[in-house]
Amino acid sequence: MPAVQETVDRVRRIDVDQYRYGFETVIESEKAPKGLSEDTIRYISGKKNEPDWMLQWRLEAYRRWLTMQEPTWARVDYPKIDFQDLYYYSAPKPKKQLSSIDEIDPEILKTYEKLGIPLREVAILEGVEPVPGAGSPETRKIAVDAVFDSVSVATTFKEELKKAGVIFMPISEAIREHPELVQKYLGTVVPTSDNFYATLNSAVFSDGSFVYVPPGVRCPMELSTYFRINERNTGQFERTLIIADKGAYVSYLEGCTAPQRDENQLHAAVVELVAHDDAEIKYSTVQNWYPGNSEGVGGIYNFVTKRGDCRGNNSKISWTQVETGSAITWKYPSCILRGDNSRGEFYSIAISNGYQQVDSGTKMIHLGKNTTSRIISKGIAAGRSQNTYRGLVTAHRKATNARNFTACDSLLIGDKCGAHTVPYIEAKNSSATFEHEATTSKISEDVLFYCVQRGLSQEEAVGLVVNGFVKDVLQQLPMEFAVEAQKLISISLEGSVG
Amino acid sequence: MALLEIKNLQVRVEEREILHGLTLTIDAGKVHAIMGPNGSGKSTLSHVIAGKPGYEVTGGEILFKGEDLLAMAPDERAAKGVFLAFQYPVEIPGVATMTFLRTALNAQRKARGEEEYSTPDFLKKVREISKQLSIPQDMLKRGVNVGFSGGEKKRNEVLQMALFQPSLCILDEMDSGLDIDALRIAADGVNALRSPERSMVVITHYQRLLNYIVPDVVHVMSKGRVVKSGGKELAHELEASGYAQFEDAA
Repeated sequence: MPAVQETVDRVRRIDVDQYRYGFETVIESEKAPKGLSEDTIRYISGKKNEPDWMLQWRLEAYRRWLTMQEPTWARVDYPKIDFQDLYYYSAPKPKKQLSSIDEIDPEILKTYEKLGIPLREVAILEGVEPVPGAGSPETRKIAVDAVFDSVSVATTFKEELKKAGVIFMPISEAIREHPELVQKYLGTVVPTSDNFYATLNSAVFSDGSFVYVPPGVRCPMELSTYFRINERNTGQFERTLIIADKGAYVSYLEGCTAPQRDENQLHAAVVELVAHDDAEIKYSTVQNWYPGNSEGVGGIYNFVTKRGDCRGNNSKISWTQVETGSAITWKYPSCILRGDNSRGEFYSIAISNGYQQVDSGTKMIHLGKNTTSRIISKGIAAGRSQNTYRGLVTAHRKATNARNFTACDSLLIGDKCGAHTVPYIEAKNSSATFEHEATTSKISEDVLFYCVQRGLSQEEAVGLVVNGFVKDVLQQLPMEFAVEAQKLISISLEGSVG
Repeated sequence: MALLEIKNLQVRVEEREILHGLTLTIDAGKVHAIMGPNGSGKSTLSHVIAGKPGYEVTGGEILFKGEDLLAMAPDERAAKGVFLAFQYPVEIPGVATMTFLRTALNAQRKARGEEEYSTPDFLKKVREISKQLSIPQDMLKRGVNVGFSGGEKKRNEVLQMALFQPSLCILDEMDSGLDIDALRIAADGVNALRSPERSMVVITHYQRLLNYIVPDVVHVMSKGRVVKSGGKELAHELEASGYAQFEDAA
């Protein structure tokens, strides 16, 4: 059977080396000495001119971390990480104090240009078709905070946001300029003792974004952070804190890429969201860290703790993620539904190819009355990858009338990959209504043949079928990201069928 | 002139030979019917012409407009004008029919080095054709064949045929699962596409379909070969006497 044999061969030659962001930027950098100790933490804190309370907070986390064990319950397999063999801080060497974007190292500006991230304050118009109801393209702007290795290199539209009362700045700056806000909220959603990686992050985080939207303010533009790991043997530990005060609304986007390298790199971020009464936070991620090559060598280890706290009544937090990169993904963006009538949502597309391992999902913790949550997860496994959805839905004693709807769909491409669904459901209140649906399907040869008979190439056919499969989730992304994500999905699956 | 020439075609599926040296010529601008009992190799023949994976051609050749068809990938064949109307069209959830039609049409045009259709031109064309086939507009917004009735699925196949304007249309058991009214609508659509530039191969068990799509030539297949060819009256003969008489001939 020549055609089928060809399919098998193509799958065998699977190539995830199609990674488009694998270039390296050559710049001088300033690093902390290799390894982790109290001195490393003092070094980082010193570099950032942090107040003493911040240093003490970090040290406390570090001491706690020393007593903790790496979690092993996830369905991922990797050699033990030597935490003393990493750099915990790396910053582009500044030539002098920066006062405007023109003083940023042109190599870094070029990097972001190559990645298509505008650091100069221009509205993103390219590739965006006007859609009814989305507002005219002239008025759509995105403010960007760019994090390069351990530091934030630029934040755009700061002035315009300030007029609306929105604070959007690197967290290192917020610690100095708005200590009262940072102290009030930092570590209140993900405590320093939460888990091995979150605790490590609390000790050594170097930068990330800080957002505060004051009461009643609807943030006038999309906020976005772009994370780039460049330096070799460097862990990236960013920390993001977003607060929507009463009746506020903010939509936040996050993108990530890294150069192509043979060794594995560690990324352990923490994201904390706080929504007060009647506030809404929409958090979208397109994660495209380097996934490793076709033999499974290299790639980012992505161990991330993301959690949102619907602290106020009628508040809402919505996570949308498109996960295509990383050698290992360990990530469960969650919602604590504390306020009455609060709502949590999780929309996810996780694509794995080559030797990638994904263990991702969410936790919806219903504490308040009449709280609702919705989980739509689409896992796509190709090549020799393993793709696991792990989700927890719980209703506590006082969570009267809690409701959850979960739908987990998995799609398999080829016969060497695996898809797994691990739901945990606990209801301690008898009035809770939890629904769980799960499906696993394979892209059938018949569907592919139908498409190619109508003139599509094999790859176009897979792209079309997969885009149909993930459509419900793509619709949740802000428009610019949806276009980007759609392209990314096709690229991630290139070479996955013959 | 011959549009499609099949010479001594031998085909295996999983070590079992299904076509044992089949020879068949399809003339340009003509409608050929291929009749035969279950298991005679009719569907295998249609799949091999369209290039479905899983079939091993162990001998013979297929020339399409004088070119070696077996050397072409299935999507190349589609762009060159080979169209297979499926017996059981598949469902593609989440992909709107309109999107599918446009993606496929533009892929074919691109492969031929032609300009892609502009959105207004494309929409106008699809609306025109769907009106002729009594396909409601909301059906075009639904996922490809998702929740379509048997008749709707077949009409959707005819719609694509009309849109792509192929030079060879193979209709695989188009009548299966259709009531008389649905069959008539689909057949009218097919008849409207008859032209001197287009050949059709109508594969069917029953003579019934050939009352609606009247063939120029009828072939009888048995045990992986064409055992008899004749005019449209051959179909009526078969209806009266059955396929058993050909068992020995094969």
